[in-house]
Amino acid sequence: MIAELGHFALVLAFAVALVQGTLPLLGAARRDATLVAVAPPAALVQLLLISIAFGALVHLYIVSDFSVANVAANSHQSKPLVYRISGVWGNHEGSLLLWVWILALFGAAVAAFGRNLPVLFKSRVLAIQALIGVGFLAFMLFTSNPFERLDPAPLEGRGLNPILQDPGLAMHPPMLYLGYVGFSTTFSFAIAGLLEGRIDPSWARWLRPWTLAAWTALTLGIALGSWWAYYELGWGGFWFWDPVENASFMPWLAGTALLHSAIVVEKRDTLKSWTILLAILTFALSLLGTFLVRSGVLTSVHAFASDPARGVFILALLIVAVGGALALYAWRAPSLQGGGMFAPVSREGALLLNNLLLASATATVLLGTLYPLALDVVGGPKISVGPPYFNATFVPLMIPLFLALPIGAVLAWKRADLVGAVQRLWLAALVTVGLSIGLVLVSDLELGLSLIGYGLGLWLILGSLADPLSRAAPAGGGFGRFWRRLIGLPRASWAMVVAHVGLGVLVIGVTATSTGQSERILSMRPGQTAEIAGYAVRFEGVQEVRGPNWIAQRGTFTVRRDGTFVTEIASDKRFFVVEQRPTTEAGIHTTLWRDLYFVLGEPAPDGAWTVRLYHNPLVAWIWGGAVLMALGGLLSLSDRRFRVGAPRPARTAVAVPAE
Amino acid sequence: MSTRIGEPSATRAPRRGWLYLLPVLLFAAVGVFLALGLGRDPQTLPSVLIDKPAPAFALPPLPGRDERGFSSADLGGRPMLVNVFASWCVPCRIEHPVLDQLAREGVTIHAINYKDAPDDALAFLRSLGDPFTRIGTDRQGRAAIDWGVYGVPETFVIDRDGRIRYRHVGPLQPRDLERTVRPLLAELGR
Amino acid sequence: MRLRKRQRIVLVALVLLLGAGSAALVLAALGEKVSLFVAPSDLAAGPLEPGKRLRLGGLVEPGSVMRGTDGEVRFAVTDGAHSVPVVYRGVLPDLFREGQGIVTQGQIDASGVFRASEVLAKHDETYMPKEVAEALKRSGHWKDGSTGAPK
Repeated sequence: MIAELGHFALVLAFAVALVQGTLPLLGAARRDATLVAVAPPAALVQLLLISIAFGALVHLYIVSDFSVANVAANSHQSKPLVYRISGVWGNHEGSLLLWVWILALFGAAVAAFGRNLPVLFKSRVLAIQALIGVGFLAFMLFTSNPFERLDPAPLEGRGLNPILQDPGLAMHPPMLYLGYVGFSTTFSFAIAGLLEGRIDPSWARWLRPWTLAAWTALTLGIALGSWWAYYELGWGGFWFWDPVENASFMPWLAGTALLHSAIVVEKRDTLKSWTILLAILTFALSLLGTFLVRSGVLTSVHAFASDPARGVFILALLIVAVGGALALYAWRAPSLQGGGMFAPVSREGALLLNNLLLASATATVLLGTLYPLALDVVGGPKISVGPPYFNATFVPLMIPLFLALPIGAVLAWKRADLVGAVQRLWLAALVTVGLSIGLVLVSDLELGLSLIGYGLGLWLILGSLADPLSRAAPAGGGFGRFWRRLIGLPRASWAMVVAHVGLGVLVIGVTATSTGQSERILSMRPGQTAEIAGYAVRFEGVQEVRGPNWIAQRGTFTVRRDGTFVTEIASDKRFFVVEQRPTTEAGIHTTLWRDLYFVLGEPAPDGAWTVRLYHNPLVAWIWGGAVLMALGGLLSLSDRRFRVGAPRPARTAVAVPAE
Repeated sequence: MSTRIGEPSATRAPRRGWLYLLPVLLFAAVGVFLALGLGRDPQTLPSVLIDKPAPAFALPPLPGRDERGFSSADLGGRPMLVNVFASWCVPCRIEHPVLDQLAREGVTIHAINYKDAPDDALAFLRSLGDPFTRIGTDRQGRAAIDWGVYGVPETFVIDRDGRIRYRHVGPLQPRDLERTVRPLLAELGR
Repeated sequence: MRLRKRQRIVLVALVLLLGAGSAALVLAALGEKVSLFVAPSDLAAGPLEPGKRLRLGGLVEPGSVMRGTDGEVRFAVTDGAHSVPVVYRGVLPDLFREGQGIVTQGQIDASGVFRASEVLAKHDETYMPKEVAEALKRSGHWKDGSTGAPK
């Protein structure tokens, strides 16, 4: 009964989306206020209906109703409650429902909080949002119905893939989708703007909170995924350039570019057609990611099982949505009027450089991800594009970006004085160089890529901090006034500083982990001691332990440094009884400066065990940096001047630039 | 005001119009590749084993069901199906009624029980019905390797001479029966 | 007016520079940094340049897995027609079993042994890396081509 209710709610939502996607567009074209007024309530009803469907599926999972095929295939009564719930989005159909729910959530949020949007514009945005919903609801109803019944119903479910039974992964898809799907709003804003033929600074200001929200969620989502891969997949890496990872990384790169170019539109009324293009492409890349993950065209360790019918449907959606948007763009964008001019050395110029570098980086990742497919299609050899390719293309593009970033952030709008900017940053530059030299002297750091990485990270942190400090410093007044001036800086500037410092922290973490990792693979008998990076690791032995739905062999290690006890680390080889599948739980001891990461391997016939010991320096900085970046996004979102619904300057005053 | 530099002019837009067409053209190219890539999905590609004799194998019986087992000698004589299944596989559950239906119509269906515990397989057949003439147990999945099986369920159509004529990957749905399996069986039986 | 012109020249120059730069990076990397996907039959068919990055896909031959001391594992990867000996030092994935479909990354050495740096197993029994599936099909083709192949 509940399943039918959920299914029915989805069908109704589909109908509502059809109405919401057509009538307001018609109304906006005919200036018909009645038709236009349909949009906001329809968006709220749609959210309600999809919430009912989503709630129904969660309920079916909680009560373990195995007469529903989706539940039977992905759940089991012995699973802990939290994983029965997260199992809802651990599979294709359920995650699609989550996708659609978040889409409706953003639509309803625009309807409810977008009070400062002009009525016509808002109704167009909501209509576009609904049309995306029509596509995905149809996809779900026709190819991937999560409420399909199974007759006869099995007594027990098949269970959830054990590596997905994990807190990190329970949170990863919702965050990721908040980001992915959040960019649907920027897409809708772009299309609505093109339809109206008016893109101006207030358009960019309306766009800003939605871009920020989506970007922040995507940042956290990617970080969670990377963290999960790090501790769960058991080979101590944090990023594998896997197609599925790239699928979420490309929208992030494009979204980051969009975030920056929208500032130029907002402040200077220029780069408009480029910003529109970015808004379309960011969501296009989100859709492409969805397609790649779900159609099975690319090989990946964590793609959903493939189904060509679904692939065809999603591809059709992708082509209609993105092709249509880009065709509209080709038609309308040329008539957008160019706004203010700027000298090459200026804030605009710097942001443009940022955009060009990020766009090139996105393009190299896209090429690397699709190249095996393209080669296969033209009958070439089968190849795989892995980390070596991405390290050789992506990393070199990041170096100029990071070098220029702190300088660009202090340049003035319109026309800036490079000498003046350098003067404001010379101290930071000096300290960066000094610290880098110091690093080479005190450690056995090689001159090369790792030094460049550390130097860039330090430069990002110090260069970003230099500006607020120097702005608060002059004119004396003691520490109290300095502090007041410092915290009195606008929140948006702080947001920028925090996000850029976060990037610096991330760069240092990535550099340290990828160049400074120590790894030992050895065969150890209980009682033996091995050494890694100055730590003495004693293998205490293996015992059997039981969890809620698994049994495990747990290897225990005692770690000492210079004779003093540091910690005890346990690594499990778990066997999930229902799924008949083993997993490995790495034993990790984290501090600010390093991770000790131990993995229990296979037993050898002579009573020894294969073990893999890692010493990963500064690995916590990677996720700390990502969290700081997301925090920057939240700070910016909370800035009063941009908050949704906050009073804004009279529109006409901004729309006509005083050139 | 009309001389303002930023103002759009009738001559400017067309001159650079092609630049704005570039994204949609590039996207079209990507779309074509993706569509072609989709067509290359393993599920829609015919197996190269098609029209070739089935591989040689001899599998032990499922303990508790019968003593006969299933080997290459059982293939041929008339058109038949070979189904690869496992009790732990949910799609197998979904397609099972379809196999039952075929068996009731008099189609011979043999089965390879893939990487399964015999007790589980027996319980599976007891609760859902047993449409199979012969069952071979392939606990290590070796025979399945020879058949080129890379997942369960898969179903093969074998002709009178013991050659593989069709391979279906994934659960057999009623529409697959109508579209391919029944017509093919009818043609082979003529 | 001059400012706008200059702005555009700088912009075009930047785009060209970056475009050319990234294109050069991509082309160089696609030439050298990608790995060729091969099946055991491909390796048996003829010598490949040694030191080339390869991804070998196939099924772990039943009965071939030997665990040495010091974490070294030897096994054979087969596609039904041919098999290739593989040496790997490290912890195998959880789903590594005999008869399992795997992909391994590495290089072939002078004696024809595949030295793996990474071994990936498929995550699900109903899903296999696409290259493996297709390689197995191709190997079926292979069997027919070479009459009298062992079977």
